Order: sequence, then C-alpha cells, then structure tokens
Amino acid sequence: MAKQRVVVIGGGLGGLWAALRLVEAGYPVDLFSLFPVKRSHSCCAQGGLNAVLDIKGQRDSIQQHIIDTIKGGDYLGDQPPIKTMCEDAPGLIRTYDRMGVTFSRTPEGIMDQRLFGGVKNRRTCFAGATTGAQLLYSIDEQIRAKEDQAGVTKYEYWEFLSLVLDDAGVCRGITALNLKTMQVQAFRADAVILATGGAGLIWGRSTMSSSCTGAATARAYQQGAKFGNAEFSQFHPTAMKGHDKLRLMSEACRGEGGRIWVPRKAGDQRAAKSVPEDERFYFLEEWYPTYGNTVPRDVASRAIVRATRHMGLGVRGQEVVYLDLTHKPRAFLEARLGGILEMYETFAGQDPYVNPMEIFPAMHYTMGGLWVGYEKDAQTGGIVRAHPKNHATTIPGLYACGECDFAYHGANRLGANSLLSASYSGRVAGDATAAYLKSLKSSSDKLPQSAYDAEKKRQEEINQALLTRTGGENASTLHHKLGEVMSEHVFVERENKGLDNALAEIGTLKERARKIALDDKSGWTNQTLPWARQLQDMLVMAEVVTKCARLRDECRGSHYKAEFELKQPEGKFAGDPEYEAYKATWKTNNEKWLKHSIATHTSDGPKVEYWPVEVSVMAPETPRDYR
Amino acid sequence: MEKTIHLRIKRQDGPASSPYWEEFKLPYAPQHNVISALLYLREHPINLRGERVAPVVWESNCMEEVCGACTMIVNGTPRQACAALVDDLAQPIVLEPLVKFPIVRDLHVDRQKMFDALKKVKAWVPLDGSQDIHQHAPRIAPADQALRYAFSRCMTCGCCMEVCPQYHDASAFIGPAPLGQTALHNSHPTGGFFKEERLHALMEKGGLADCGNAQNCVKVCPKDIPLTQAIGELGRQATIQWLRDIFVK
Repeated sequence: MAKQRVVVIGGGLGGLWAALRLVEAGYPVDLFSLFPVKRSHSCCAQGGLNAVLDIKGQRDSIQQHIIDTIKGGDYLGDQPPIKTMCEDAPGLIRTYDRMGVTFSRTPEGIMDQRLFGGVKNRRTCFAGATTGAQLLYSIDEQIRAKEDQAGVTKYEYWEFLSLVLDDAGVCRGITALNLKTMQVQAFRADAVILATGGAGLIWGRSTMSSSCTGAATARAYQQGAKFGNAEFSQFHPTAMKGHDKLRLMSEACRGEGGRIWVPRKAGDQRAAKSVPEDERFYFLEEWYPTYGNTVPRDVASRAIVRATRHMGLGVRGQEVVYLDLTHKPRAFLEARLGGILEMYETFAGQDPYVNPMEIFPAMHYTMGGLWVGYEKDAQTGGIVRAHPKNHATTIPGLYACGECDFAYHGANRLGANSLLSASYSGRVAGDATAAYLKSLKSSSDKLPQSAYDAEKKRQEEINQALLTRTGGENASTLHHKLGEVMSEHVFVERENKGLDNALAEIGTLKERARKIALDDKSGWTNQTLPWARQLQDMLVMAEVVTKCARLRDECRGSHYKAEFELKQPEGKFAGDPEYEAYKATWKTNNEKWLKHSIATHTSDGPKVEYWPVEVSVMAPETPRDYR
Repeated sequence: MEKTIHLRIKRQDGPASSPYWEEFKLPYAPQHNVISALLYLREHPINLRGERVAPVVWESNCMEEVCGACTMIVNGTPRQACAALVDDLAQPIVLEPLVKFPIVRDLHVDRQKMFDALKKVKAWVPLDGSQDIHQHAPRIAPADQALRYAFSRCMTCGCCMEVCPQYHDASAFIGPAPLGQTALHNSHPTGGFFKEERLHALMEKGGLADCGNAQNCVKVCPKDIPLTQAIGELGRQATIQWLRDIFVK
C-alpha cells in the first residue's frame, strides 16, 4: 500500500494541532489555508484558556471544570468528550508552556491564572490579552519545524471547494482553488480534517475575522455531513461597534474587575465621569449578586438587551452600555489587558484608562457545527483516546475539529473554553485520524483518476458560470442584506414570527444569489470569485441556523424565545415550593428539548431531526442559576 | 458639496504588469478605516472617471491589527490598513503595496520570504513530541517574561522589513523581524539550548553584521517590539559564540 496522506483544511489552532499529531505519528500532511496560517482567526482570541492548575488556594478541581462547562452549556453538550477535555487540559497547557508560549507569570515564575465568566475560581491561563495569538504562534512554529523536516506541505492561498467521495460515500480527497492562478485542482487523501472555524459573517458584522464565512462547513454539509445544534450561536456581551467589524473587548475585562453599567436616568446626556456613583445602574451586579459582572455570556448579553431595548437605559439613548475599568490602576491594566485596551483606543479614539468603554453584544462564536462522534470509555465515563470515532463526521474519512464542529459547548460556551477546545479537539482529531488510517484496507491511490477529474470539472463549471454571467447582483450587497436579516431576527432574542420572516428573506436572497455577476473577470487573484461562492454557501448555512432556531420552542443557553421562557421565581431558591415547581417544569421541558438538533441537507432545504444528548457524567437535575 | 473619502491607489494587474494609479471617491461616514473603505469599493467599484472597474485586490483578515495581513503603504507609511482611521488621514489617501516584496496584484504582495527566514534561524523551541511529559517549562522570571512577550507579539506583517535600508533585492540581509524571533527563542530556558545553531545562522553572510543600525525598524513596528534591543543582544551573544568557536573546540 502506498504511503497514506491526510489533507487538513484550516491553519488555526485546531488544524495545526491535528497536523502536528499526524506528522508525529508518521503521516504526511497537506495543509490548506486561505492565507499564511499565522494569520488565522485564532489570533483574535484574547483572554485565555481554561485548565485546572489550582494555584490560587481555591481548591479548584477538574470535576468543577467539568460541571461548569456542562452547566454553562445548559446541558446540551455530550458529556464524555467534555469530561476528557477538562481532564486533559492541564497536560495541554504544560505542552504549550514547553513550546515557549509567553504566559503571564506569578512572582514565583509559574503561569498565572485569572477569573473568567460562569466560574467562581481563577482557572484561566493567559498571555497578556493576546493569548490566542501567542498560542497560534507557538504551534505555527512547531509546524514550521516539521515543514523543515518535510512532514507538512503547506498550500497557503488555496481555498477548499469540495470533498471527493468514492462510490461508497467515503471521503478520498478534496478539490481546491488556487487563489492566485484561479485553477482548480483535485488532491488525493486517505482522510480529510476540516478545521475551518466559525461562521460569524452570516450576521454581516461580528467579532470574527473576514475569513469566518462558514463556507467550508457549508460545503461539507451540502455533500452529506450532518450539522448539529445550528441555532446555538454566542453573542458576546462586550464588543465595539464599527462599519467593518464589531471588535471584541475580552471577557477578561470583566474578569479583572470591569463593571457594566448605564446611567439610571434614561437618555442621560452627561459624560460618564460626571454621573455620580448613586446614579449609576450596575445592573449585572444587582440582578446577579453571586456572579455579578462575571455571569456567563448569554446571561450578560440578554441583560444588556433588557437594559437598553426594553428599559430604554442605553447610554445617551443608544444601544450601548459602559464597560468600566477606570477604577483599576493603570499599571495593573497595562500588564493584564494592555493589548486590547490599546486596540480600543486605536479604533474608538477614546482612552479606556480614563473613560469607560462603550460596548454592545455582537455575534461571536458558533457553538453549533458539523456533528462529530466519540467513543465512550465505559470505565472512566470519558472518551477512549485515539479512537477513530472521535471527531469523525457522518461522512467516513471526514473529520472536523475546532469551532467548525458542534462538540463541547452545548447551548453556550464558557469564556476561555474555546482556545481549550480548539487545541484539544485538534489534538484528538489528529490522533483519531491516525487510528482511522491504520484501520484502512486500501489507500486513496486505488481510486481511479476519473473520480477526481469529474469533481474538478464540476467545480470548474461553477466558476466558469460565475465568470461569464453579466449584469446581475453584487455579492457584497446580498451579504449586507443577509447580515441585516440575521441581526434583526436571529440575534439575542428571537420570536417565531421574525424567524419565519427571516426564512422567507433568506429564500429570496438565495434566488438573487443565482444571478450574481462578477465585477472582475480576470484569471489572476480574482477575489470576487471566491467571495461570490462563499456568499452562496453562507446563505445555505443561514437557512440551517434559522430553521433550527424556528423549530426549537424553548429557551436554552444562547437560544432565547421570550414566549417559551421558564421564569426563575424571584427570591426563591431550592426548598421553596415556587422554586421546586419551577424545577419540575424545567425537567419536563428537558424531556422534550434536551436534544441535539441535527440538520441534513436536502434539495428542499434542511431536514431537522433530534438526537439524544449523552448526559452520563452529570444528570440534568438542577437548572442553571447564576443569581 | 457632499463630504467624501478620496482614495488614490497604486494598482498592478499582475506580477509582470506595469503599475498604474486609479482614484476613487466614496461617501464620507465617521469611523471608517482604510479596509472598510476598500470593502465599500468592492461593492461599488467605480473610479473617479465614472468607470466600473475590477475591485481593488488587497489582503485582510482580523481587522483589528493582530493578524498582520493588511499591511500596505498608507500616505507613505507602512502600516496595517485596518488600523488606519480615515478621520486621522490627509486626503487623498494614497495606498501603495509594500515595495520590498513581490507584487501579487494591486495591494497584495507575497511575504513568503519572511516565513522562510524563520526557518533559517530555527525560530521554534525544539520539543521531544507534543505529548504531555507531566512537567511545565522551567520557571521564568516575570521581568524576563515581559521582555519575551514584547518579542512574541510579532505578526510577521513586514513593516520593519519595508523600512530597513539594508533589506532589499540586492542584499542578503535577513531583516529585523527574524532577528527579534531569534532573540525570543534564545531567551527561552530550553529554547536557549539551541542558541548556537541560531547564532551560527546569523554569523553568516546576510546575518547580524549586515544590520546598518539605521534603527528605522523600531520606529514603524506596530507592536512596539524592541527590535534594536534584540539585535544588540544577539550581537553580544554572537561575539561570545565567536570566541567560544575559537577557544572551546
């Protein structure tokens, strides 16, 4: 049998970890990326990554990390993979430390830890406020070392277009577009790993990089991979507004003592600094005294929407609230948040050391993604490490890791769990793929060339049709429209009527997208061609998200419909009859809705079914409560 | 007259084509940056003569000055276009591609040689595998970590290379950015085990001796990386290495 090879698509933390593990296991990797991998969106992650090191005398435990992650996700995450991820997190951190990541240090020279949302203990390792960049650089360096030893071949400035499937539906390679020459090429592979990130651009503007269109996952979905929990997207409570992007202000701002507030008087026109303390409404601290400003993101985002849209208390009557760090010493802020405060100053033209920042929720992270499996270890309740089922999609030979999969975070992700899951899932997917390759009886070089040629031809025809069409729609115009629809109807608060409208509007946009004509017809670095194709795939994914949101008539994590809210009785706790009655209703609701929504592509749009959630580690006995 | 944003852009259709200038105007709105203006042109690619043309080609990704992709020359200075706010710029805003790297198209250049340079200096900490070995790296003093952090913020954007008088087609000089990364990895407790290999790479032609000490690099670095400090420290290390090579054989 000829030497087996693997195609990895995406060069953020997930893809690079998967590639590293495969190369270490002796398999050559062809690594595809839209740009030099060092520029991947992982570099935007700011605050840190969670791992229990228990260095602050709080008796933090891995068990508590598991509980926080499960509950933070409102029980919608399959629990065996969560359990093993939390158990393996400290080892992963140690490896990063050995790679030379510039983690912030305690006076004793060990890695420091900070507080993040949805958690009571200091569990988040960080490198200033550019943790994602620092982690990405370190693994990028490790991959560069392997490139030097001819284990990894990089295909940078290439875009994944489609999978090549054999007659049995097994993934045997890909087609990709060379973004310079605009030529389509087919690549053989014995397994393919997608590590292509989230889909923030479906909302028009988000905290995500402009490459985060979700097009790659949408392409795999349209070729048969099932998509899980699409309706769950995280709206980060604290982002700056902007024309091109909603720039994230890390949750670390709140973890390090930042306070969210608005003036108590609606439409108060005074500058923030002239509003006296007793005329400020610290609504998170009032509504959630136990967690205060560090409630989980879904809770904080809804509270901000409540304070602004429902109570009319937005700053100067606008949809903005204050994120205030001005009470903290400058030197402390510079050391721990310098990178992002610098960014705020650059883009807002305001000094966040002196004036409170102005922020609002923004689309930030897709919890949903390609469905991936795992092999449960009956003895430990976690997963069997290096098993071919781990991170396998529903297409044999196709794996997914990082934000593009649906695992770990359920209905809401906890802060600083994404750098963890991106790295960890990449490592698991790499190990699983190596195990899969060992089990294969034949290699991809046995598949006739005609299968690759046919797929290549299909892709070339799509490109040709776009390049020759004249006088039609503009992809950017349609993208703006899509962003408006999603931001209005599929945001922090949802209602069925609005979701129906959104589905109709997306349908119209899909029609219009068939008429896209390109302003650039050239055959060299034509950026309008891939953009037009991405837009069409974004519309497919937007439809999946909206349809799943329409069908889920409940509130869970980031998915909120007021009509179906089970209200926690105010001032009542366990033991009070009102609370016990609420808990009983909550349990009944779980019987119906504690399920993964699973979307399958059909020519009539997504077909949605519901699959059970594995809750064998911690049964859903008590509702989330951050009061 | 309606307020506008006026862009004057140096364009080139491909590596072998001749450059030409093209101008565009778009309606003014507050808080635009150069990338959001270019995004507007992608939707409305109409030049000052009223002709609908191929949209300008450029690179960007993060749009918050951390990925390094959108580096170009804005009004004469190499910088990240996303962080170049229109309200702070004199108009017409003149956009040009970096000159020290081969042109791909318009404002898009090929910076591969910067990544290749990182291979030359072995800018990584060698590991005996990515598995957990149940140990952390050795402890690092907070002050040492602060300096390492400053070096580690390099996003390979190319600004320092662009302004370095010694870094050009006719010279072998490796340029400032890879030197910063060498200092970073030499300063790590275990990365430093392989200092000798990195220093030898820099003691050849195109290495440290080719730095002309113009100190332009530190002035333009968007992340304030102390590049001249790195070069000074590496010079000291290289001298010791040179003596060691002579006497300790």
